[in-house]
Amino acid sequence: MRDTITRAWRSDFMWTFRRSPVAVVSFFVVALLVLSAVFAPLIAPHDPFNPATLNLMNGFSQPMEPNAFTQEVFWLGTDDQGRDVFSTILYGMRISLFVGFAAVLFALILGVTLGLIAGYKGGWLESVIMRVADVQLTFPAILVAMLIFGIAKGFTPVHLRDQMAIWVLILAIGLSDWVQFARVVRGATLVEKNKEYVQAAKLIGRSPFAIMLRHILPNVLSPVLVIATISLALAIIAEATLSFLGVGAPPTTPSLGTLIRIGQGFLFSGEWWILLFPAITLLALALAVNLLGDWLRDALNPRLR
Amino acid sequence: MAHQMMEPLIMRDMTGAMVPALATEWAPSADDPEVWSFKLREGVTFHDGSEFDSSDVVFSYNRAMTEDSDYKELLASVKEVRANGKYGFEIVTNGPNPIMASNLTNLFIMDEDWAKANNAVKVQDVEGGEETFAARNVNGTGPYKLVSREPDTKTVLTINENYWGKDEFPMEVTDIIFTPIQNAATRVAALLSGEVDFIQDVPVQDLGRVSSTDGLKVITAPQNRVVFFGMNQGDADLTTDDVEGKNPLADKRVRQAMNMAINRDAIKQVVMRGQSQPAGVAMPPFVNGWTAELDAVPANDLDAARALMADAGYGDGFTIQLNCPNNRYINDEAICQAAVGMMAQIGITVRLDARPKAQHFPLINKLETDFYMLGWGVPTYDSEYIFNFLMHTKGEKYGSWNGTRFSDADLDAKIESLASETDLAKRNETIGEIWAVVQEEILYLPIHHQVLNWGMAGKVNTIVAPDDAAKFKYFTLN
Repeated sequence: MRDTITRAWRSDFMWTFRRSPVAVVSFFVVALLVLSAVFAPLIAPHDPFNPATLNLMNGFSQPMEPNAFTQEVFWLGTDDQGRDVFSTILYGMRISLFVGFAAVLFALILGVTLGLIAGYKGGWLESVIMRVADVQLTFPAILVAMLIFGIAKGFTPVHLRDQMAIWVLILAIGLSDWVQFARVVRGATLVEKNKEYVQAAKLIGRSPFAIMLRHILPNVLSPVLVIATISLALAIIAEATLSFLGVGAPPTTPSLGTLIRIGQGFLFSGEWWILLFPAITLLALALAVNLLGDWLRDALNPRLR
Repeated sequence: MAHQMMEPLIMRDMTGAMVPALATEWAPSADDPEVWSFKLREGVTFHDGSEFDSSDVVFSYNRAMTEDSDYKELLASVKEVRANGKYGFEIVTNGPNPIMASNLTNLFIMDEDWAKANNAVKVQDVEGGEETFAARNVNGTGPYKLVSREPDTKTVLTINENYWGKDEFPMEVTDIIFTPIQNAATRVAALLSGEVDFIQDVPVQDLGRVSSTDGLKVITAPQNRVVFFGMNQGDADLTTDDVEGKNPLADKRVRQAMNMAINRDAIKQVVMRGQSQPAGVAMPPFVNGWTAELDAVPANDLDAARALMADAGYGDGFTIQLNCPNNRYINDEAICQAAVGMMAQIGITVRLDARPKAQHFPLINKLETDFYMLGWGVPTYDSEYIFNFLMHTKGEKYGSWNGTRFSDADLDAKIESLASETDLAKRNETIGEIWAVVQEEILYLPIHHQVLNWGMAGKVNTIVAPDDAAKFKYFTLN
């Protein structure tokens, strides 16, 4: 066990990691944010998603100053409904991260599957899949996500909309993002499928499914990992954008984007903290994930060393 | 908007008082109390130059009484309208109607020939998605005439040089460019940057900023509008709740508990930043029938409310959906969110569905919501208007905005009797009786009376009209 850790620590991968201060800082920022989101119920002083615990009279408390009516003090102030901004950021980040991870996972599975099939099978199947991908690429991802969100919302029964909103978001962002994966995987598959080991596998009679899954997939995974990391940052931003536009997470269970939308209405009147703190959190999260993705791309690409 | 270009027979000035517009005199006929007679203004022309006379009035009133018209409740007691010579007009009612005149202040007069020539005789069916020529064009007698109209973008009006009241009113505003700006923050920014000179509905959080800016001012006055929640208490079961086989809102104890759970003072202090007047009755204070006792704000007593819930068999609470507009009333969505928290205190889990007004109001109209927000202004300044729309059983002529499914034959009879009661003391007594039932049954959960805030450049002088209608012919500039 100790040996494995030592070996991992001394590996090329870790060596480049230790040598890149940007990567180290980004890693710790992401780790800190993800951990505080995961353990939000333990850290947060309030549960902003439980309306029964809110006191409207706490509304618009300034950061670090006692509220005029209730004398309660909130680190980062409260929003218009008396929700503690700090707690709401933690809980909101959970939604943002969950939607981000789930959407990327969905896009990854869909994109990799279609990319593998397109690359390996070729023929009309490839044409259909790749033309659909091309057409979708001509639209901005956020527009595609809004379209899917709108259609899905129309189909969900009214009384389930709030519960379904998160899943619809994941579906919308995931469906708008699979093309990246499909294109890269198809390209890599085209290269791999003519190599000797694939030929050998074919000769001994393995099924196409097994060849794709067991032989080709492991060899095309490293670019997928890089895209996934960068897609995560994009998915978090996409979720925030949709929620900011009012079509994402509902106001009673706000994500970071919903919080920024709420805060934006109070910017003129001097309640800057409702907007500023969620915005900084979103910025830090997206930037750190993105920088980490950039570093990963460089580290996994031998030609860039 | 419409008031700049078109005119009713009688209008309200900026203080809310009734003044002559297209009619110069009006009174119930001396020999028959069921007939109101009007003397029409002579020498008035429409914007296209055609002459105004009694045939236009008869046409406009008949049009307002058709099925798709939003004004039909105002004319529910009308049996017939007829011309009496070129400048005389009469309304015949089913029984005497002593307050007929106050129902007419928003009934605009159209040019009959113009409407016929442009195929706009029929009122458009808005819910059916219809749009007639009259929706984008206008030929009125008002102080301003239409130059161009792009709905939701820009409407340009210019002064009507042939206006009959040109010497009677200040008429210092010569051109009006009406630019709808949906987003409240953008609206304020437009005023701050000098892009616009006048805005309605300044967001309450921005009042301080606007009034402290050089060259800008905010004027404030109580509005003739009350905001409240309606509840489906008539149906046997609800579609948007989680209680099977019965309707929790049909139980008066539940409605009482909800009434007690709402902390109106907190809504005023925080959501409205002091810019509202907590309400105990679904009737603005300007209205005939209003009393301080009726409007006494219900106590915010959570313990008593929880006890009532337990008493009614809902000690563990229930779940229900609340439908709210998010761009109609001042801070409407924030009020609903606050209500979600307050209902949670007594165990009611509220799912909030906030939508733009165009999607919200049809829900009430088509009875597709069980718990909803609605606001009501009273242009007639009389309780009968509220009863006709909100309390009478929903049907053809009455109750078109009654989403409570409440229906009571005795109450309906009382409401209908108001239209023809000539003894004003007796009429007021009936009004009091009806309100007593409404309050006893907790038909609605009143929240507050809105306060109007108009923001404008320092050079603009006006007072705030309680009906929120800016009539620019009264504005002066310096």
